[in-house]
Amino acid sequence: MSDLQTLSQKLNYDKTFDCVQCGYCLPACPTYETMERETHSPRGRINLVKMVAEGKASVEDLQEPIEKCLGCMACTTVCPTNVQYGEILEGAMGVIDEYEAKSTSQRVTEDFLYDSFFPSSKWMNTLGHATWLYQKSGLQKVAQTFQLTKIAPLHLDQFEKVLPDLPSPKRRKEQRAKRYIRKRPATAKVAFFPGCIMDSVFYESNQKTIELLLRSGAEVVLPEAQTCCGALHAHSGKIDTSIELAKQNIEAFEEEKFDYIVNNAGGCGARLIEYHHLFEKGTRWHERALAFVAKVKDISEVLTGLDELVFNQPVNRTITYQPSCHMTNVQGVTEAPIQLIRNIPGIELKELERPNFCCGSAGIYNIVNYEDSMDILDVKMKDVCGVEPDGIVTSNPGCLLQMKLGVEREGKSDQIDSIHLVDLLMEANPEPAWK
Amino acid sequence: MEQWIELLKQVIPSKQVLTDLSDRYSYSFDASFGEHLPEAVVQAKSNEEVMEVLKIANEYRIPVYPRGQGTCLSGGPLPVHGGILLDMSQWPERLEMSPDDLTVTVSPSVLTGNINKEAEKHGLMYAPDPSSAHVATIGGNLAENSGGPRGLKYGVTKDHVIGLKVITPEGELIRTGGNTIKNVTGYDLTKLIVGSEGTLGVITEATLKLLPKPPAVQTLMVSFDEVRKAAEAISRTLTSGILPSKMEFMDQACIEAVENFQPAGLPVDAAAIVIIELDGHPETLKIERRLIEEIMENIGARGTVVPETSEEAEKIWHARKQVSPAIAKIKPTKVSEDATVPRSKIPDLIDRLQVIKEKHNVEVVVFGHAGDGNLHPNILCDKRDQEEMKRAELAVEELFEAAVELGGTLSGEHGIGTMKAPFMEMEVGEIGIDMMKRIKEAWDPNGIMNPGKIFAEKGQKLVLRNE
Repeated sequence: MSDLQTLSQKLNYDKTFDCVQCGYCLPACPTYETMERETHSPRGRINLVKMVAEGKASVEDLQEPIEKCLGCMACTTVCPTNVQYGEILEGAMGVIDEYEAKSTSQRVTEDFLYDSFFPSSKWMNTLGHATWLYQKSGLQKVAQTFQLTKIAPLHLDQFEKVLPDLPSPKRRKEQRAKRYIRKRPATAKVAFFPGCIMDSVFYESNQKTIELLLRSGAEVVLPEAQTCCGALHAHSGKIDTSIELAKQNIEAFEEEKFDYIVNNAGGCGARLIEYHHLFEKGTRWHERALAFVAKVKDISEVLTGLDELVFNQPVNRTITYQPSCHMTNVQGVTEAPIQLIRNIPGIELKELERPNFCCGSAGIYNIVNYEDSMDILDVKMKDVCGVEPDGIVTSNPGCLLQMKLGVEREGKSDQIDSIHLVDLLMEANPEPAWK
Repeated sequence: MEQWIELLKQVIPSKQVLTDLSDRYSYSFDASFGEHLPEAVVQAKSNEEVMEVLKIANEYRIPVYPRGQGTCLSGGPLPVHGGILLDMSQWPERLEMSPDDLTVTVSPSVLTGNINKEAEKHGLMYAPDPSSAHVATIGGNLAENSGGPRGLKYGVTKDHVIGLKVITPEGELIRTGGNTIKNVTGYDLTKLIVGSEGTLGVITEATLKLLPKPPAVQTLMVSFDEVRKAAEAISRTLTSGILPSKMEFMDQACIEAVENFQPAGLPVDAAAIVIIELDGHPETLKIERRLIEEIMENIGARGTVVPETSEEAEKIWHARKQVSPAIAKIKPTKVSEDATVPRSKIPDLIDRLQVIKEKHNVEVVVFGHAGDGNLHPNILCDKRDQEEMKRAELAVEELFEAAVELGGTLSGEHGIGTMKAPFMEMEVGEIGIDMMKRIKEAWDPNGIMNPGKIFAEKGQKLVLRNE
């Protein structure tokens, strides 16, 4: 095979032909809106992938347009011909990574993040501790020690401002069990997937998630061997790592028979639910992935499906809901969270004009492409401020941090707080209907 | 770098002049066929900027191709000879309603669908409804003279434009028409510009006519055992004193494709279905609906479905919308044509299509706005198969011949662009073309505006293949 043939195969060249260039993706694409050129639209990117695969443009030409893609997948939801944009994007990311087209600053930033933030094999213990330590010692300081700020302005101070207070490692250990057994017969046996960022930064929300599952009558297990979902790795072209992580998780959750594998992070859920795409059809791994995928559920889906929870405590608030793009566009979960919110007495839900417009968090996009991310966040915050809520509810840790940052940037920290859906649900003190 | 690009950068904000290869490739296509690399992409945001661009282009004889959001199906914005691709989509949006005048004034970048949305807030409507209205800009619609299903009752874009601001190819600003519904002052330059596909200048503002929004709609879906009967039913309905807003046709291949793609309960054994939408006062609709049901029964239709709720009606229209993605599952490349014939000739056109299909061994499906004779025969093929694409080219050629022979036209609503230019003479004649060319030469003495469109160049042929 010639070099060009190999390249075009890696770029999923064949899949680009599903795009008929109708342009229906343009109004759905946040970066096309803020960057104002087709180069940063799904149609433009797919065309560039094609041009590179045909040898008309170079991998370097492809780099910026691909790296500036949020990967929010809003385009896939509106695409009339069902183009597999996710696969085209990941293929392009992989090629860019492999051809070392990335700039030094991008590479150093990513390496720092992947090596420090996202998991080693002992991620569950180390990661939370690491973040806690960073927070206690100051994120910016850590970055400075790595001499990162010189190469790439990380704006970590911005994010540091909005991090919630984290429990110490000691408290984590005391609080968290590996298994929560029920005295009554369980409605379901649930494996919980806590996620890296959720568990390190929003540990309390994870505890609340476990509590909600228990109140719904489920038995909850946290399989020890589980690891990071691999979403962020895949999004930046590190496909091999992503596959390794997937295998590890599939194995971890095969140890016992579970009814559901539950997560509360839209981004992780989207990755978990697509594990089968990582393996060739007909292989043993593909089969195992399919069995895994069939059980993956967002917390909101499980809560609406298990014993009905009755919310006892009225929550007299006006909130808006910012859905996670990956939950909407990849998992296809849209109704359950809204249904749960509406079940809370006293709550007023004011929907955004464009809920499906990404907030700009997008994995580590807001760190790697800070300025571009803030342009997108500004569009989102204009919409948020338009509905005048006193709270923003989200379903993904990245979105949650980003919304906190957005509120901070608007100078409205005293008027609007940002919380995870599970935090809101717990505020309403739910109990099972049978009680 | 070319001197003219340097000059452009002096008069246009630098971030609006794009010369990187990745940017140039991103404006090298539209929704039709072919890929042509412009030397520069200029994103115009004001009249002054367009005037500057055209003055430079005129001096240096650089071709200029205006482009909206590139949803064109006929190749209108393709930069076939390089030069300047003029992106009009980033123009600051202006949408000024004058509800009391039943008019609206818009900038070229406004999405067509948003005009209607805004009009509806005032109990009005902007009638043209191309299926890409939620993506396409009004500027592109004006240039290409777009239509849509409602064209049956309300006509195409040109029937709704009363005034324009245009930058002439020599870089001067003119106004055509005005703000009044009646206006017979001088030559109707408005109608000349609308549909001229960017060959006579750049439209930078339009005043459009709005209509009262009909208070209610009623959908009916009729199925037939024979295509001829479907055509007869359309003529019979239109001569019975009823003018539906839409009459959409789907042949059996389309029905099957939709049912395979996303089952919607369409009758897969029917030879054709016609989906009708009536609009008007609810009481009138009751009467018209009954009349249509009678007509269909008398004519021997297989059956008529009358949805009772708007949700049920929505389901039927959703099925119609699924035709495009559904047929893309048969083969990935669609050559979507819009040849239009007098309504009575629809069955003849469909017979001719059958012959073409067999002769050239290509997949052809037919759907579209049958009420106004504007069908969309789609040839389904695969761009990667050069030999098949060649057969598709021959089939398209014969389709055009058939349409013209039946007293029809090459284009009902997509425009001529690059794709139909080689066939223009067949329809309008040698002298006809010559008269059009004289107009073009008078307006654009240096021939900089959107060359390669409408008028075929020497030896130009329909090419669906990428060489």
